[in-house]
Amino acid sequence: MTKKTSSFFNMVSTLFVVTFLSSAALGYVYELTKGPRAAADLAKKNEAIKEVLPEYDNNPLDEKYEITTKDGYKLTCYPAKKDGKLVGTAIETFTNKGFNGIIRLMVGFLPDGTIYDISVIEEKETPGLGNKMEKDKSDFSKQFKGKNPKFFKLKVKKDGGDVDAITAATISSRAFCDAVDRAYKAYMASKKNY
Amino acid sequence: MGELNKYNIFTRGLLKENPVFVLLLGMCPTLGVTSSAMNGLGMGLATTFVLVMSNAVISLVKNFIPNKVRIPCFIVIIASFVTIVDLVMAAYFPELHARLGIFIPLIVVNCIVLARAEAFASHHSILPSIIDGLGMGLGFALAVTILGAVRELLGNGSIFGIKFISGDGILVFVLAPGAFIVLGYLIAIVNKINRIR
Repeated sequence: MTKKTSSFFNMVSTLFVVTFLSSAALGYVYELTKGPRAAADLAKKNEAIKEVLPEYDNNPLDEKYEITTKDGYKLTCYPAKKDGKLVGTAIETFTNKGFNGIIRLMVGFLPDGTIYDISVIEEKETPGLGNKMEKDKSDFSKQFKGKNPKFFKLKVKKDGGDVDAITAATISSRAFCDAVDRAYKAYMASKKNY
Repeated sequence: MGELNKYNIFTRGLLKENPVFVLLLGMCPTLGVTSSAMNGLGMGLATTFVLVMSNAVISLVKNFIPNKVRIPCFIVIIASFVTIVDLVMAAYFPELHARLGIFIPLIVVNCIVLARAEAFASHHSILPSIIDGLGMGLGFALAVTILGAVRELLGNGSIFGIKFISGDGILVFVLAPGAFIVLGYLIAIVNKINRIR
Protein backbone atom coordinates (compact mmCIF):
# COMPACT_ATOMS: atom_id res chain seq x y z
CA MET A 1 0.00 0.00 0.00
CA THR A 2 2.80 2.46 0.66
CA LYS A 3 6.26 3.14 -0.61
CA LYS A 4 7.61 4.08 2.77
CA THR A 5 9.57 1.44 4.59
CA SER A 6 8.57 0.67 8.16
CA SER A 7 11.87 1.73 9.68
CA PHE A 8 11.86 2.82 13.29
CA PHE A 9 12.54 6.42 12.36
CA ASN A 10 9.82 6.46 9.71
CA MET A 11 7.24 5.00 12.04
CA VAL A 12 8.01 7.35 14.89
CA SER A 13 8.14 10.44 12.72
CA THR A 14 4.93 9.56 10.87
CA LEU A 15 3.04 8.93 14.07
CA PHE A 16 4.35 12.18 15.45
CA VAL A 17 3.30 14.19 12.40
CA VAL A 18 -0.14 12.58 12.20
CA THR A 19 -0.93 13.14 15.86
CA PHE A 20 0.53 16.65 15.79
CA LEU A 21 -1.55 17.73 12.83
CA SER A 22 -4.66 16.08 14.24
CA SER A 23 -4.31 17.82 17.61
CA ALA A 24 -3.72 21.14 15.89
CA ALA A 25 -6.86 20.70 13.79
CA LEU A 26 -8.92 19.64 16.80
CA GLY A 27 -7.65 22.49 18.93
CA TYR A 28 -8.70 24.88 16.20
CA VAL A 29 -12.21 23.44 15.82
CA TYR A 30 -12.58 23.34 19.62
CA GLU A 31 -11.85 27.07 19.87
CA LEU A 32 -14.07 27.82 16.90
CA THR A 33 -17.06 26.03 18.42
CA LYS A 34 -16.46 27.08 22.04
CA GLY A 35 -18.78 30.09 21.80
CA PRO A 36 -21.75 28.36 20.13
CA ARG A 37 -21.40 25.32 22.41
CA ALA A 38 -21.52 27.45 25.54
CA ALA A 39 -24.49 29.36 24.10
CA ALA A 40 -26.32 26.10 23.34
CA ASP A 41 -25.78 24.87 26.91
CA LEU A 42 -27.01 28.16 28.30
CA ALA A 43 -30.10 28.11 26.10
CA LYS A 44 -30.92 24.57 27.26
CA LYS A 45 -30.57 25.60 30.92
CA ASN A 46 -32.70 28.68 30.40
CA GLU A 47 -35.41 26.61 28.71
CA ALA A 48 -35.45 24.16 31.61
CA ILE A 49 -35.74 26.96 34.16
CA LYS A 50 -38.43 28.85 32.26
CA GLU A 51 -40.53 25.69 32.03
CA VAL A 52 -40.90 25.29 35.79
CA LEU A 53 -41.32 28.84 37.06
CA PRO A 54 -43.91 31.60 36.87
CA GLU A 55 -43.07 34.76 34.96
CA TYR A 56 -39.87 36.51 35.92
CA ASP A 57 -37.80 39.38 34.60
CA ASN A 58 -34.31 38.70 35.92
CA ASN A 59 -31.72 36.21 34.69
CA PRO A 60 -31.82 33.32 37.18
CA LEU A 61 -28.57 31.90 35.77
CA ASP A 62 -26.67 35.02 36.81
CA GLU A 63 -27.90 34.72 40.38
CA LYS A 64 -27.46 31.00 40.80
CA TYR A 65 -26.27 29.65 44.12
CA GLU A 66 -25.69 26.24 45.64
CA ILE A 67 -27.35 24.54 48.57
CA THR A 68 -26.22 21.37 50.30
CA THR A 69 -28.39 18.38 51.05
CA LYS A 70 -28.24 16.44 54.30
CA ASP A 71 -26.22 13.68 52.63
CA GLY A 72 -23.66 16.13 51.35
CA TYR A 73 -24.73 16.70 47.71
CA LYS A 74 -24.71 20.17 46.23
CA LEU A 75 -27.76 21.32 44.29
CA THR A 76 -27.81 24.42 42.10
CA CYS A 77 -30.61 26.92 42.65
CA TYR A 78 -31.77 29.52 40.14
CA PRO A 79 -33.79 32.30 41.77
CA ALA A 80 -36.39 34.03 39.62
CA LYS A 81 -37.46 37.57 40.44
CA LYS A 82 -40.09 39.94 39.19
CA ASP A 83 -39.68 43.64 39.99
CA GLY A 84 -36.96 42.67 42.44
CA LYS A 85 -39.15 40.28 44.43
CA LEU A 86 -38.46 36.55 44.54
CA VAL A 87 -41.24 34.73 42.65
CA GLY A 88 -39.73 31.25 42.58
CA THR A 89 -36.61 29.14 42.64
CA ALA A 90 -35.70 26.45 40.15
CA ILE A 91 -33.61 23.72 41.68
CA GLU A 92 -31.61 21.17 39.71
CA THR A 93 -31.98 17.91 41.56
CA PHE A 94 -31.30 14.25 40.92
CA THR A 95 -31.74 10.72 42.17
CA ASN A 96 -29.61 7.63 41.72
CA LYS A 97 -32.56 5.33 42.40
CA GLY A 98 -33.91 5.33 38.86
CA PHE A 99 -34.69 1.96 37.34
CA ASN A 100 -32.02 2.44 34.70
CA GLY A 101 -29.70 4.96 36.30
CA ILE A 102 -29.61 8.59 37.23
CA ILE A 103 -32.65 10.82 36.84
CA ARG A 104 -32.18 14.60 36.86
CA LEU A 105 -35.07 16.99 37.39
CA MET A 106 -35.61 20.73 37.42
CA VAL A 107 -38.11 21.53 40.18
CA GLY A 108 -39.66 24.98 40.43
CA PHE A 109 -40.58 26.03 43.97
CA LEU A 110 -42.57 29.08 45.00
CA PRO A 111 -41.02 31.00 47.92
CA ASP A 112 -43.15 29.12 50.46
CA GLY A 113 -42.04 25.71 49.22
CA THR A 114 -45.04 24.95 47.01
CA ILE A 115 -44.10 23.10 43.84
CA TYR A 116 -44.89 25.16 40.75
CA ASP A 117 -43.84 22.66 38.11
CA ILE A 118 -41.35 19.88 37.42
CA SER A 119 -39.55 19.01 34.22
CA VAL A 120 -37.21 16.14 33.49
CA ILE A 121 -33.67 17.06 32.47
CA GLU A 122 -32.32 13.56 32.06
CA GLU A 123 -33.69 10.05 32.44
CA LYS A 124 -32.95 6.64 31.02
CA GLU A 125 -36.09 4.86 32.15
CA THR A 126 -37.94 2.25 30.13
CA PRO A 127 -39.96 3.65 27.23
CA GLY A 128 -43.68 3.25 27.82
CA LEU A 129 -43.17 2.67 31.53
CA GLY A 130 -40.73 4.77 33.56
CA ASN A 131 -40.28 7.36 30.86
CA LYS A 132 -43.93 8.35 31.31
CA MET A 133 -42.50 10.75 33.89
CA GLU A 134 -41.76 13.04 30.97
CA LYS A 135 -44.27 15.87 30.61
CA ASP A 136 -45.26 14.98 27.07
CA LYS A 137 -45.81 11.30 27.82
CA SER A 138 -48.28 11.35 30.67
CA ASP A 139 -49.78 13.53 33.38
CA PHE A 140 -47.68 11.89 36.10
CA SER A 141 -45.54 14.97 36.76
CA LYS A 142 -48.58 17.27 36.62
CA GLN A 143 -49.95 15.96 39.92
CA PHE A 144 -47.16 17.77 41.77
CA LYS A 145 -48.16 21.20 40.48
CA GLY A 146 -49.41 23.51 43.17
CA LYS A 147 -48.77 20.98 45.93
CA ASN A 148 -46.84 21.90 49.02
CA PRO A 149 -44.74 18.97 50.27
CA LYS A 150 -45.57 20.09 53.80
CA PHE A 151 -49.02 18.57 53.26
CA PHE A 152 -48.50 16.51 50.09
CA LYS A 153 -46.36 13.53 51.14
CA LEU A 154 -43.66 12.95 48.52
CA LYS A 155 -43.93 9.17 48.49
CA VAL A 156 -45.98 6.87 46.26
CA LYS A 157 -49.33 5.78 47.67
CA LYS A 158 -47.99 2.24 48.06
CA ASP A 159 -45.45 3.62 50.54
CA GLY A 160 -48.00 5.64 52.45
CA GLY A 161 -47.62 8.88 50.54
CA ASP A 162 -49.88 10.95 48.31
CA VAL A 163 -48.29 10.39 44.92
CA ASP A 164 -50.07 8.35 42.24
CA ALA A 165 -47.33 6.15 40.81
CA ILE A 166 -47.03 5.40 37.09
CA THR A 167 -48.77 2.08 36.48
CA ALA A 168 -46.20 -0.75 36.43
CA ALA A 169 -43.37 1.73 37.00
CA THR A 170 -43.21 1.96 40.77
CA ILE A 171 -39.43 2.10 40.94
CA SER A 172 -39.24 5.01 38.50
CA SER A 173 -42.03 6.79 40.36
CA ARG A 174 -40.30 6.28 43.70
CA ALA A 175 -37.06 7.62 42.24
CA PHE A 176 -38.86 10.69 40.90
CA CYS A 177 -40.27 11.39 44.37
CA ASP A 178 -36.82 10.88 45.87
CA ALA A 179 -35.38 13.58 43.61
CA VAL A 180 -38.17 16.05 44.34
CA ASP A 181 -37.96 15.35 48.06
CA ARG A 182 -34.20 15.90 48.02
CA ALA A 183 -34.70 19.32 46.44
CA TYR A 184 -37.52 20.26 48.81
CA LYS A 185 -35.66 19.29 51.99
CA ALA A 186 -32.48 21.06 50.93
CA TYR A 187 -34.43 24.16 49.86
CA MET A 188 -36.35 24.43 53.13
CA ALA A 189 -33.18 23.85 55.14
CA SER A 190 -31.37 26.60 53.22
CA LYS A 191 -34.20 29.06 53.82
CA LYS A 192 -33.80 28.63 57.57
CA ASN A 193 -30.23 29.85 57.24
CA TYR A 194 -31.14 33.16 55.65
CA MET B 1 -18.77 -8.64 -10.69
CA GLY B 2 -18.80 -5.88 -13.28
CA GLU B 3 -16.21 -3.22 -13.89
CA LEU B 4 -15.24 -0.89 -11.11
CA ASN B 5 -16.07 2.53 -12.48
CA LYS B 6 -17.07 5.57 -10.49
CA TYR B 7 -20.78 4.85 -10.90
CA ASN B 8 -20.42 1.30 -9.56
CA ILE B 9 -18.26 2.43 -6.68
CA PHE B 10 -21.02 4.76 -5.58
CA THR B 11 -24.07 2.60 -6.12
CA ARG B 12 -22.76 -0.63 -4.65
CA GLY B 13 -22.70 0.99 -1.21
CA LEU B 14 -26.40 1.74 -1.54
CA LEU B 15 -27.79 -1.70 -2.21
CA LYS B 16 -25.61 -4.52 -3.50
CA GLU B 17 -22.94 -4.07 -0.85
CA ASN B 18 -24.98 -2.07 1.64
CA PRO B 19 -22.79 -1.94 4.75
CA VAL B 20 -25.66 -2.68 7.14
CA PHE B 21 -27.91 -5.10 5.25
CA VAL B 22 -25.30 -6.99 3.22
CA LEU B 23 -21.85 -6.49 4.77
CA LEU B 24 -23.37 -6.50 8.29
CA LEU B 25 -20.98 -3.83 9.53
CA GLY B 26 -21.68 -1.05 12.01
CA MET B 27 -24.23 -3.11 13.92
CA CYS B 28 -23.71 -1.26 17.19
CA PRO B 29 -25.05 2.15 16.18
CA THR B 30 -27.55 0.48 13.85
CA LEU B 31 -29.22 -1.27 16.76
CA GLY B 32 -28.60 1.35 19.40
CA VAL B 33 -29.63 4.57 17.74
CA THR B 34 -32.54 3.68 15.47
CA SER B 35 -35.46 4.09 17.86
CA SER B 36 -36.63 6.95 15.68
CA ALA B 37 -36.23 8.02 12.06
CA MET B 38 -34.67 11.36 13.00
CA ASN B 39 -32.02 9.75 15.18
CA GLY B 40 -31.18 7.31 12.42
CA LEU B 41 -30.89 10.07 9.84
CA GLY B 42 -28.71 12.20 12.10
CA MET B 43 -26.38 9.33 12.85
CA GLY B 44 -26.29 8.33 9.18
CA LEU B 45 -25.30 11.78 7.98
CA ALA B 46 -22.70 12.21 10.73
CA THR B 47 -21.15 8.87 9.81
CA THR B 48 -21.22 9.74 6.09
CA PHE B 49 -19.29 12.92 6.79
CA VAL B 50 -16.65 11.00 8.76
CA LEU B 51 -16.44 8.31 6.07
CA VAL B 52 -15.96 10.77 3.21
CA MET B 53 -13.42 12.92 5.05
CA SER B 54 -11.38 10.04 6.46
CA ASN B 55 -11.41 8.21 3.11
CA ALA B 56 -10.21 11.38 1.39
CA VAL B 57 -7.42 12.16 3.85
CA ILE B 58 -6.23 8.58 4.09
CA SER B 59 -6.14 8.26 0.33
CA LEU B 60 -4.03 11.46 0.17
CA VAL B 61 -1.47 10.37 2.76
CA LYS B 62 -1.35 6.68 1.96
CA ASN B 63 2.14 6.89 0.50
CA PHE B 64 3.58 8.61 3.53
CA ILE B 65 2.45 6.12 6.13
CA PRO B 66 4.71 3.13 6.80
CA ASN B 67 2.79 -0.11 6.62
CA LYS B 68 3.38 -1.17 10.21
CA VAL B 69 1.77 1.93 11.70
CA ARG B 70 -1.08 2.31 9.24
CA ILE B 71 -3.86 1.21 11.60
CA PRO B 72 -2.93 3.64 14.42
CA CYS B 73 -2.63 6.44 11.87
CA PHE B 74 -6.02 5.61 10.34
CA ILE B 75 -7.64 5.55 13.77
CA VAL B 76 -6.17 8.94 14.72
CA ILE B 77 -7.40 10.44 11.47
CA ILE B 78 -10.87 8.91 11.87
CA ALA B 79 -11.08 9.93 15.53
CA SER B 80 -10.18 13.50 14.63
CA PHE B 81 -13.04 13.81 12.20
CA VAL B 82 -15.44 12.19 14.65
CA THR B 83 -14.40 14.70 17.30
CA ILE B 84 -14.96 17.51 14.84
CA VAL B 85 -18.47 16.16 14.16
CA ASP B 86 -19.08 15.90 17.91
CA LEU B 87 -17.99 19.50 18.57
CA VAL B 88 -19.93 20.94 15.63
CA MET B 89 -23.07 19.01 16.60
CA ALA B 90 -22.84 20.17 20.21
CA ALA B 91 -22.51 23.75 18.97
CA TYR B 92 -25.15 23.87 16.24
CA PHE B 93 -27.47 20.87 16.72
CA PRO B 94 -27.64 20.50 20.51
CA GLU B 95 -30.91 18.57 20.57
CA LEU B 96 -29.71 15.91 18.13
CA HIS B 97 -26.39 15.82 19.95
CA ALA B 98 -28.16 15.12 23.24
CA ARG B 99 -30.27 12.37 21.69
CA LEU B 100 -27.42 10.56 19.95
CA GLY B 101 -25.30 11.00 23.06
CA ILE B 102 -22.47 8.52 23.43
CA PHE B 103 -23.05 7.02 19.98
CA ILE B 104 -21.37 9.99 18.30
CA PRO B 105 -17.91 9.24 19.70
CA LEU B 106 -18.61 5.58 18.93
CA ILE B 107 -18.51 6.40 15.20
CA VAL B 108 -14.74 6.01 15.59
CA VAL B 109 -15.13 2.28 16.15
CA ASN B 110 -17.88 1.88 13.59
CA CYS B 111 -16.40 -0.97 11.58
CA ILE B 112 -17.54 0.56 8.30
CA VAL B 113 -15.17 3.51 8.61
CA LEU B 114 -12.02 1.52 9.34
CA ALA B 115 -13.05 -1.18 6.87
CA ARG B 116 -13.36 1.27 3.96
CA ALA B 117 -10.08 2.94 4.94
CA GLU B 118 -8.23 -0.35 5.00
CA ALA B 119 -9.97 -2.04 2.08
CA PHE B 120 -10.34 0.86 -0.31
CA ALA B 121 -8.98 4.30 0.54
CA SER B 122 -5.49 3.07 1.32
CA HIS B 123 -5.24 1.58 -2.19
CA HIS B 124 -7.05 4.09 -4.35
CA SER B 125 -6.70 7.71 -5.35
CA ILE B 126 -8.70 10.47 -3.79
CA LEU B 127 -11.69 10.79 -6.10
CA PRO B 128 -12.69 7.08 -6.08
CA SER B 129 -12.10 7.05 -2.32
CA ILE B 130 -14.45 9.98 -1.80
CA ILE B 131 -17.07 8.34 -4.00
CA ASP B 132 -16.71 5.07 -2.09
CA GLY B 133 -17.09 6.93 1.21
CA LEU B 134 -20.17 8.69 -0.14
CA GLY B 135 -21.75 5.46 -1.41
CA MET B 136 -21.09 3.46 1.73
CA GLY B 137 -22.02 6.37 3.98
CA LEU B 138 -25.30 7.07 2.22
CA GLY B 139 -26.00 3.32 2.15
CA PHE B 140 -25.53 3.29 5.90
CA ALA B 141 -27.64 6.43 6.30
CA LEU B 142 -30.40 4.92 4.18
CA ALA B 143 -30.32 1.70 6.20
CA VAL B 144 -30.47 3.31 9.62
CA THR B 145 -33.08 5.86 8.58
CA ILE B 146 -35.35 3.13 7.21
CA LEU B 147 -34.78 1.02 10.29
CA GLY B 148 -35.49 4.00 12.51
CA ALA B 149 -38.61 4.88 10.56
CA VAL B 150 -40.05 1.34 10.80
CA ARG B 151 -39.30 1.11 14.51
CA GLU B 152 -40.72 4.54 15.19
CA LEU B 153 -43.85 3.83 13.15
CA LEU B 154 -44.57 0.50 14.83
CA GLY B 155 -43.34 1.40 18.29
CA ASN B 156 -44.52 4.97 18.63
CA GLY B 157 -47.05 5.50 15.85
CA SER B 158 -45.09 8.40 14.44
CA ILE B 159 -42.58 9.20 11.75
CA PHE B 160 -39.96 11.93 12.06
CA GLY B 161 -41.85 13.06 15.13
CA ILE B 162 -45.24 13.42 13.44
CA LYS B 163 -47.65 11.24 15.39
CA PHE B 164 -50.50 9.35 13.78
CA ILE B 165 -51.96 7.79 16.89
CA SER B 166 -52.37 8.94 20.46
CA GLY B 167 -50.53 6.99 23.13
CA ASP B 168 -47.98 4.26 22.62
CA GLY B 169 -47.51 1.87 19.73
CA ILE B 170 -46.18 -1.68 20.00
CA LEU B 171 -43.47 -0.76 22.47
CA VAL B 172 -41.17 -3.72 21.86
CA PHE B 173 -40.14 -2.06 18.60
CA VAL B 174 -38.51 0.89 20.34
CA LEU B 175 -36.66 -1.43 22.67
CA ALA B 176 -33.62 -3.59 21.99
CA PRO B 177 -35.47 -6.76 20.91
CA GLY B 178 -37.43 -4.77 18.35
CA ALA B 179 -34.20 -3.50 16.82
CA PHE B 180 -33.01 -7.04 16.19
CA ILE B 181 -36.40 -8.15 14.88
CA VAL B 182 -36.82 -5.34 12.36
CA LEU B 183 -33.18 -5.50 11.30
CA GLY B 184 -33.50 -9.22 10.67
CA TYR B 185 -36.53 -8.75 8.42
CA LEU B 186 -34.90 -5.87 6.54
CA ILE B 187 -31.74 -7.93 5.95
CA ALA B 188 -33.89 -10.73 4.56
CA ILE B 189 -35.81 -8.37 2.28
CA VAL B 190 -32.69 -6.64 0.93
CA ASN B 191 -30.89 -9.89 0.26
CA LYS B 192 -33.97 -11.19 -1.54
CA ILE B 193 -34.05 -8.04 -3.69
CA ASN B 194 -30.35 -8.44 -4.49
CA ARG B 195 -30.88 -12.02 -5.55
CA ILE B 196 -33.70 -11.11 -7.90
CA ARG B 197 -31.78 -8.33 -9.66
